[in-house]
Amino acid sequence: MSTAKISARDVMVHYGDNCALKDVNVEIEDKTVTAFIGPSGCGKSTFLRCLNRMNDTIDGCRVAGAITLDGEDIYDKRVDPVQLRAKVGMVFQKPNPFPKSIYDNVAYGPRIHGLARTKAELDEIVEQSLRRAALWTEAKDRLHTPGTGLSGGQQQRLCIARAVATRPEVLLMDEPCSALDPIATAQIEELIDELRQNFSVVIVTHSMQQAARVSQKTAFFHLGNLVEYNETGKIFTNPQDPRTESYITGRIG
Amino acid sequence: MSTSLLDQSSRTRKRNASERRFVRLGLGAIFLSLGFLAMLLIAIAGNGYGAFTQTRIDVAMTWDAESIAKAEKSIVKTAKYNGMIAKALRGQMEAAGIDPQMKDKELLQLVSSSAGAQLRDFVTATDATKGQFDFLASSRVDGYLKGRVTRASLAEDKNLSPAHLDLVDAMRAAGMVERRFNLDFIFGGDASESRPEAAGLGVSMVGSFYMVLVVLGCALPVGVAAAIYLQEFAPKNRLTDLIEVNIANLAAVPSIVFGILGLAVFIQFAHLPQSAPLVGGLVLTLMTLPRIIIPARAALGAVPPSIREAALGVGASKSQAVFHHVLPLSMPGILTGVIIGMAQALGETAPLLLIGMVGYIASNHPDGLISGFTDPNSAMPAQIYEWAKRADPAYIERAWGGIILLLAFLMAMNFVAIVLRRKFERRW
Repeated sequence: MSTAKISARDVMVHYGDNCALKDVNVEIEDKTVTAFIGPSGCGKSTFLRCLNRMNDTIDGCRVAGAITLDGEDIYDKRVDPVQLRAKVGMVFQKPNPFPKSIYDNVAYGPRIHGLARTKAELDEIVEQSLRRAALWTEAKDRLHTPGTGLSGGQQQRLCIARAVATRPEVLLMDEPCSALDPIATAQIEELIDELRQNFSVVIVTHSMQQAARVSQKTAFFHLGNLVEYNETGKIFTNPQDPRTESYITGRIG
Repeated sequence: MSTSLLDQSSRTRKRNASERRFVRLGLGAIFLSLGFLAMLLIAIAGNGYGAFTQTRIDVAMTWDAESIAKAEKSIVKTAKYNGMIAKALRGQMEAAGIDPQMKDKELLQLVSSSAGAQLRDFVTATDATKGQFDFLASSRVDGYLKGRVTRASLAEDKNLSPAHLDLVDAMRAAGMVERRFNLDFIFGGDASESRPEAAGLGVSMVGSFYMVLVVLGCALPVGVAAAIYLQEFAPKNRLTDLIEVNIANLAAVPSIVFGILGLAVFIQFAHLPQSAPLVGGLVLTLMTLPRIIIPARAALGAVPPSIREAALGVGASKSQAVFHHVLPLSMPGILTGVIIGMAQALGETAPLLLIGMVGYIASNHPDGLISGFTDPNSAMPAQIYEWAKRADPAYIERAWGGIILLLAFLMAMNFVAIVLRRKFERRW
């Protein structure tokens, strides 16, 4: 498939002797929101972290198989994970802003990657990123106050702004709303829909309603297997695999 | 059948009683330790404050070039100068209506034996022919004013007689003898066994200062770098585990072992100068390293992993994540560890025994930076130890006084640690 942004072939992940993920084959499309759903411990977060090699930082974690981004193998020896992570940004489960000002939080990525040559350019990137994360109107008058002083939902949007500031092509989100209240969740979900215009978004979620609301494609993981991957509508209305059906109807998980 | 909530069951009573017992035991332990601390502080302050004042005898002296030339030609120069002091002292007493009724030699027992040298230093450096001096009184006269020496205790003492004390009383009434604040104790150097009144902590304080500089210069960068490497970069394998275990063990090695290591390596093998603050500092560096590495690693480990993930997630390299985010966040903890390690080094005596920094080291203030590191010197705790083992009770007072100064430095360092910690924490 030519529109595939990321494609995974026979991906296996081991933590020490434990097999966390078996034979995952998936094609993630550009400018699409792809949701990974499944019960806890099914491997969906593990797979997400394979996509920007965050698993490299975990001791004893081995990844086999091939994952390509725009046709290039990201586990190739010549690939520096640092460069990869600038292309594949990540937002984590718990909002984790740096204990610095809002401005410095967003400007950190562009600074270390040298994306701005002047202060004005950096200001521009910060403003644009905060606008994309729907935080600009709330934050513009307090750019130099600590990011940790924001509310939980605002902090998570700040983390999204920080991730988009490095101009990634793919944005990975690991349960970005699980620590937020319903109103903040709704704001983030709206934001994800807008982000789709510029990025390919991959979101791990525990909430099936959320997957149904925000994604175009959904992958269902169970016990380390990718059970089913299809259009979101089809997964929720006409699942092919009995395990998927059991999960979305609430019988397992 | 249900029981009333208003009645306590026997099980509840037992539980509450055991909780009360524990609280009382805890309070008791705290009050006991506070009581001992208070006793210690009172003892130190009570025994040591005397060292900060010293009895001085005011003498107005006149001399002429002829008598100076004569004294300088003599083999026993200070004896001639002492004679001049005795003459002036006698004249001054008679003018005040006091009859000394003793020979010059006995009269001079009132004054410190350093007085002659003090007069000579002044006279040979000036063209003046008169001057006002405040000579140190001898340690027994000083002890009399401080209540340490009594007429009864002088019965078996050849250095002073009860007649001297009557004379001192008369001189005090005439305003010639007075207890004054003793700056020389804080800034002066050590003195020989027979002149406790002239001994000061200043030179050994300078020795301690240079040693702490060496420790700061060596242990801080090496210790923090080692901690960062071990905590953030080292691969998790057996070699790393072995290194970790050894660092933990090194922290528990008795400090005298580091002393003998320093003697073997720095002095016998590397031929660095003996008794020098440079060597002392290097030995204390070895001792301080594990005590810096362990708390620094704990401080680095206390930074939440989410911060590292956040930095790696936006494409920071590992070292960028560490130096931009983890290290600044752990700085208060690291600094506290470093300063407490330095304070321990400042108070350490045992390793200095073996590299020759304990004993009567008759040195003056170093001339410059290099000689500060390489000239023989002592250190504050070593000087205190040296004083405490000398025979003259006047030295015991000085040992306590030295402890007051040492504690003041340690408290100042801990205070700095607290201030730095506050400052760095507020930055975020």
